Amino acid sequence: MSSETKQILTTDGIPLEISLKKAERKNKIKAFLLVAPLLLFLIITYIFPIGEMFTRSIDDKMITNMLPKTFKSMETWDGKELPTEEVFASFLSDFKILVDKKEHGKLAQRLNKEKNGFNTITKKLFRQVKRNKIDETQSIKEQIMKVHKRWRNVEYWQAIKRTAPPYTSAKYLKAMDMYLNEDNKITQVSEDRRIHRILWLRTVEVAFFVTVFCFLMGYPIAHLLATLPMKYSNLLMICVLLPFWTSLLVRTASWMILLQQQGVVNDFFVMIGLVSDDNRPEMMYNKVGTYVAMTQILLPFMVLPLYSVMKTISPSLMRAGKSLGGTPFVAFWKVYFPLTIPGIGAGCLLVFILAIGYYITPALVGGASGTLISNQIAYHMKTTLDWSFASAMGLMLLGGVLVIYWLYNKLVGVDNIKLG
Amino acid sequence: MALPKYTETRYRIWHYFYIAICTFVFIFLIAPLFVIFPLSFNAEEFLVFSEGMKNLDPDAFSLRWYKDMVYGTKNPWGLAAKNSFIIAIFATLGSVILGTVAALGLSSRHMPFKGIIMATLISPMIVPLIISGVAIFFFMAKAGLAATHTGIILAHIILGTPFVVITVTATLSGFDHSVTRAAASLGSNPVNTFMKVTLPLILPGVISGGLFAFVTSFDEVVVVLFLAGLENTTIPVQMWTGLREQLSPTILAVATCLIVLSTLILISAELLRRRSERLRGINR
Repeated sequence: MSSETKQILTTDGIPLEISLKKAERKNKIKAFLLVAPLLLFLIITYIFPIGEMFTRSIDDKMITNMLPKTFKSMETWDGKELPTEEVFASFLSDFKILVDKKEHGKLAQRLNKEKNGFNTITKKLFRQVKRNKIDETQSIKEQIMKVHKRWRNVEYWQAIKRTAPPYTSAKYLKAMDMYLNEDNKITQVSEDRRIHRILWLRTVEVAFFVTVFCFLMGYPIAHLLATLPMKYSNLLMICVLLPFWTSLLVRTASWMILLQQQGVVNDFFVMIGLVSDDNRPEMMYNKVGTYVAMTQILLPFMVLPLYSVMKTISPSLMRAGKSLGGTPFVAFWKVYFPLTIPGIGAGCLLVFILAIGYYITPALVGGASGTLISNQIAYHMKTTLDWSFASAMGLMLLGGVLVIYWLYNKLVGVDNIKLG
Repeated sequence: MALPKYTETRYRIWHYFYIAICTFVFIFLIAPLFVIFPLSFNAEEFLVFSEGMKNLDPDAFSLRWYKDMVYGTKNPWGLAAKNSFIIAIFATLGSVILGTVAALGLSSRHMPFKGIIMATLISPMIVPLIISGVAIFFFMAKAGLAATHTGIILAHIILGTPFVVITVTATLSGFDHSVTRAAASLGSNPVNTFMKVTLPLILPGVISGGLFAFVTSFDEVVVVLFLAGLENTTIPVQMWTGLREQLSPTILAVATCLIVLSTLILISAELLRRRSERLRGINR
């Protein structure tokens, strides 16, 4: 039996299989065309700029373009003794071009970041060049070395050579409080200057504890909401949904009022005699404020997934557990709790992801000891304008979030995100 | 939640303990919102309950801060409110249109690379706002749209579409595709089918996605802080500056208005959700 005899033809005389494939392909293209506008929009305005953050964070082309001849002639230099006359000559000619373009200041700044002391000697050299003091018919090496004693120091020339590659990992190392030293080895900065590592640890710590608090508070009320009769639970659901829909800044403002030293919470503590009136504890502008406010703000994100999972668990399962001889605790622990694990996973990861990138609330109620890595990113974006450093830190944070997101997808699946 | 008569004492105690915990958490969730109400009617300039307020003295209450919010000279709330509404409305429209169309494609069973495309489309919801802010700022600065309404609206469309995509795909998951085939067999073209058959059925999902997009835009401050100039200030930005500099009771008056607004949004979202469940035949 050959396949040709079995082939079914459509009315047009085309084999059915081909015709079906054609229709399927047409449908595929149709579906894709519907998604295309949004996809294209997001790729151009969002995904691509995130990629640009990466190139920005490792970009070190500025100096590579400033000293092209120098780096070319340095290729053969072994870096042990002072470079040859040729290197000095090409450095001078690069430098003269920069002086003409008035960009020598930028060069000094960049080199000074690599090694302290470049600012002074570049300025000195600039003055010599400006006054045409350097005679190009004689040894340029000798003349530059006379400008300042540091130009005779091989370490400074090594520093210049280190800046040659167009890409650098310096920003990433800086975010981890590290840098590349003279021998190209990763070194830690001195102990008193390690600020970033503290911020990373604090960010993870705050996100972790906020997640734990949200879980401890969210689990019982999600359970109550899921087990109460509809007419009561709908009313109580408002307590969860109203904060969820209310502006973040409104909720932060109300915590600022509640937690201030003359605020309602402290009044209450004084009233029940927990603290004396003249010894009111400081609850704002520190970690306490950050924890309390963030827990309340993120709690709905824990309750809603938990609730939607618990809602699907039949109450007869608990009854069965009890009738088989389990105490209520055993029935809960062996039957109910394992069934809620998808909800716990969803809630915890959602809260953790949101908490790790938090910015507004810690900045307002956190004070100095409550600031997180996001505050640092915003600070470098807006105040120091070190955008490449902000990009590097942002991408490190994004890397962490993507790992968590991947876990979330593995454990619960993205499609299980429920809103309200 | 009444306990059966035969319940042992220790479970009875445990039960009351559980109710106590739940009560505490509910108070913790909702009480902060209610502190703002009375304080916004404070006659004095301090953000604490004055003696007069504690004794319910009518003179201790006033509408002073509401008047300041509306009529106050050199105060920015009017401009901020106008900007906020303009930006939120256009951002919502953009998100709803782009998001709904994309959701239609995504819920087709012919859609290729569904997983990765879905992940891309909802990524603005997962990526921390601060990173989105930096990335969007780089784009807008390059495109010359920084400190313009257009730039902020586009940014909010980016942040708002994931919500529309999620709610509309959820609505479409219970959608009976035979009705669109019926329409097609009766001679309707795809656009007409969409407008007359599909859209009315998925409308609750579309609107609730739109509400999410609206709230996201209306409440968004991180990206606006990067993008906005003085002309583009919005209510959240204004609150942010106010809270950083000094807490004035005018902020509480604004906050009260925002709580009223969010209550309205909550009610409409809830009604829509029920209607949508009814239309999709989910009975509870």
